[in-house]
Amino acid sequence: MNIIILSILTLVLVGAVAAIILYLASRKFRIFEDPRVGEVEAALPAVNCGGCGFPGCHGFAVACVEAESLEHLVCTVGGLPTQEKVAQILGKKANTFELTVAVVRCGGACEVRPRTNQYDGVSSCAIAHNLYGGDTGCSWGCLGLGDCEVACKFDALHIDPATLLPVVVETKCTSCNACVKSCPRSILELRKRGPKNRRICVNCVNKDEGAVIREACSTACIGCGKCADVCAFDAITLTNNLAYINPDKCTLCRRCAPVCPTNAIVELNFPDKKTINVLI
Amino acid sequence: MGGIHPKGHKLSANHSIQEVTLPPRVMIPLGHYLGAPSMAVVSAGDVVKVGQLIGQANGHISANVHASVSGVVAKIDGHVDASGYKVPSVFIDVQGDEWLETIDKTPEIKRECTLDAKMIVKKISESGIVGLGGATFPTHVKLTPPPGKKAEVLIINGVECEPYLTCDHRLMMEKGEEILVGVSILMKAIGVHEAIIGIENNKKDAIAHLHKLAIGFDGISVMALQVQYPQGGEKQLIDATIGRQVPSGGLPLDVGAVVQNVATAFAIYEAVQKNKPLFERIITITGKSMAHHGNYRARIGIPLAHVVEQVGGVPGDTGKIVAGGPMMGRALSNLDVAVAKGTSGVLFIPAFESARKNMQNCIRCTKCVVACPMGLEPYLLMTQSERSMWTEMESDRILDCIECGCCSYSCPSNRPLLDYIRFGKTNVSKIVRARLVRKN
Repeated sequence: MNIIILSILTLVLVGAVAAIILYLASRKFRIFEDPRVGEVEAALPAVNCGGCGFPGCHGFAVACVEAESLEHLVCTVGGLPTQEKVAQILGKKANTFELTVAVVRCGGACEVRPRTNQYDGVSSCAIAHNLYGGDTGCSWGCLGLGDCEVACKFDALHIDPATLLPVVVETKCTSCNACVKSCPRSILELRKRGPKNRRICVNCVNKDEGAVIREACSTACIGCGKCADVCAFDAITLTNNLAYINPDKCTLCRRCAPVCPTNAIVELNFPDKKTINVLI
Repeated sequence: MGGIHPKGHKLSANHSIQEVTLPPRVMIPLGHYLGAPSMAVVSAGDVVKVGQLIGQANGHISANVHASVSGVVAKIDGHVDASGYKVPSVFIDVQGDEWLETIDKTPEIKRECTLDAKMIVKKISESGIVGLGGATFPTHVKLTPPPGKKAEVLIINGVECEPYLTCDHRLMMEKGEEILVGVSILMKAIGVHEAIIGIENNKKDAIAHLHKLAIGFDGISVMALQVQYPQGGEKQLIDATIGRQVPSGGLPLDVGAVVQNVATAFAIYEAVQKNKPLFERIITITGKSMAHHGNYRARIGIPLAHVVEQVGGVPGDTGKIVAGGPMMGRALSNLDVAVAKGTSGVLFIPAFESARKNMQNCIRCTKCVVACPMGLEPYLLMTQSERSMWTEMESDRILDCIECGCCSYSCPSNRPLLDYIRFGKTNVSKIVRARLVRKN
């Protein structure tokens, strides 16, 4: 009987001593954290995508609490509601920003950009890009091995097996920039979502001369400049045989796309041209 | 240290060197693999002769480029090279075969060289000679040691450790004396009295031939080496011949050695004694299913398709066409690629041999570690590369990797070690270069 009491007492004593040490240690080594950090973090989407430029949502929350104004702190994933919630918690002015979305700037599907050789190496765009020009005649376009698909944490990018090009699910894209960073050929770009999600952009990134690239891909931008001529708003610039539409200047007037001889300019989410004609 | 023993497959070893006929148009690349691309000094419409300067070296680590044919310059434009990316090239429409009058076309061997060391290096630099072993590093840079460093011994690389390739072997057999004159010119250029020609034991005829000829030359000896890949690597060859190890990140000069390829020695002979710039080289065309193997003297800029056509076309069962040897060569994406200064051969690998097998998990067998001739840990570097751990890769000496491919060759799980390591190496060297720029 004695031994049972003794062991209970010993354990209680050890427990008590340990508790005192822990209590003292927690007092001594206590780190003060602003309780608002926890609150802000709870309001964030908690995906830790790093799109804001900070290491995860906690880092972003700390930055928000410490910053004087929220001007340059943007959580694209949470969007405007999150932004307002954070501002409310901190009592600062909410930040407004234009919503963007990832755009694939390559139209080289299998039928327009024939394969000239077969790649059987590691299935990674970064490695294939490092190794050689790619399995088509175009050494600028999409390799189709899906680094962007792997990088996307939101299931918003998929390689279409028919075209071997990535397709962005616009409702899921949070414009976190992960795909843009993962693409070794800078084909993906974040562009303004635009009114009703309508956008016009050049679906090509090649800088080769028109005659050369046309042999490799029938929908490549050949740098003819017709779109720049027809644009009334100076939104289209032509550098290195490649047209680029500045989304800030573009008014979506739709004059450029019809004049493109290779259909390299795409209009996204516009109603069908035919319907407009009927309405007029 | 390390190394592997792949089968030799030297199918074309007994085929003497033949000439390649001239195609209607050549594309001479202005860029080399190593160093800055040269600047074109001709323009469309110019008439050029064989041996005329068409590309001026641009900077210290760069080399001159000469016309390999006579004719009219059609244009200067990008042309796809072995990497599948475009490099600036001079397109020349061939007309006849008219050489510059200054080039000595007589076959007599000129042994005496009256030029002094400085003039020899200048001549080599003017003639656009680069290392013909494959790395294409401008030779004149190697022959100008940085201040405070002194060469003690010249090592000539006749190893040709890549399976299949026989271009250096044939050159040693047919142009042995010229090579030895080239070696003695090189010795004079760097001021050494000893030269060792390292040749692997699978080329016994070449060893005997050069050994016999070397008796007539002071200070040149021939050393037979055991057969091992990658013994033709600069650092491996120094270890094999004189038993010195180049420190990590160092140059052969740190241990007093200068290494040159036998083909480079021959090119130097031609440049210095015959006034002939580097505009042609020996290439091996081979493959298991080829009807005719062979070694050919091809002008720089001839499209490989033209060379292959002359040999009898692409075999039906070809799965991969490789520029260079099977270990370090590059699989070609098309045959329009022109012969460059570093093209040592074209190899046709049958489909059943070229297919990649499925990658499996690493079983930590350490075969890659044992095989690595630079003492690296390839399995670790691959994982780091997969996870973008560039800092760790740098401290694990990724920049020492010579990309010989022993790791991928030895892996029982078919892991593409070298692909990942090469990717990591590219990224790490970018970071290192950026750091150097910031420092300056």
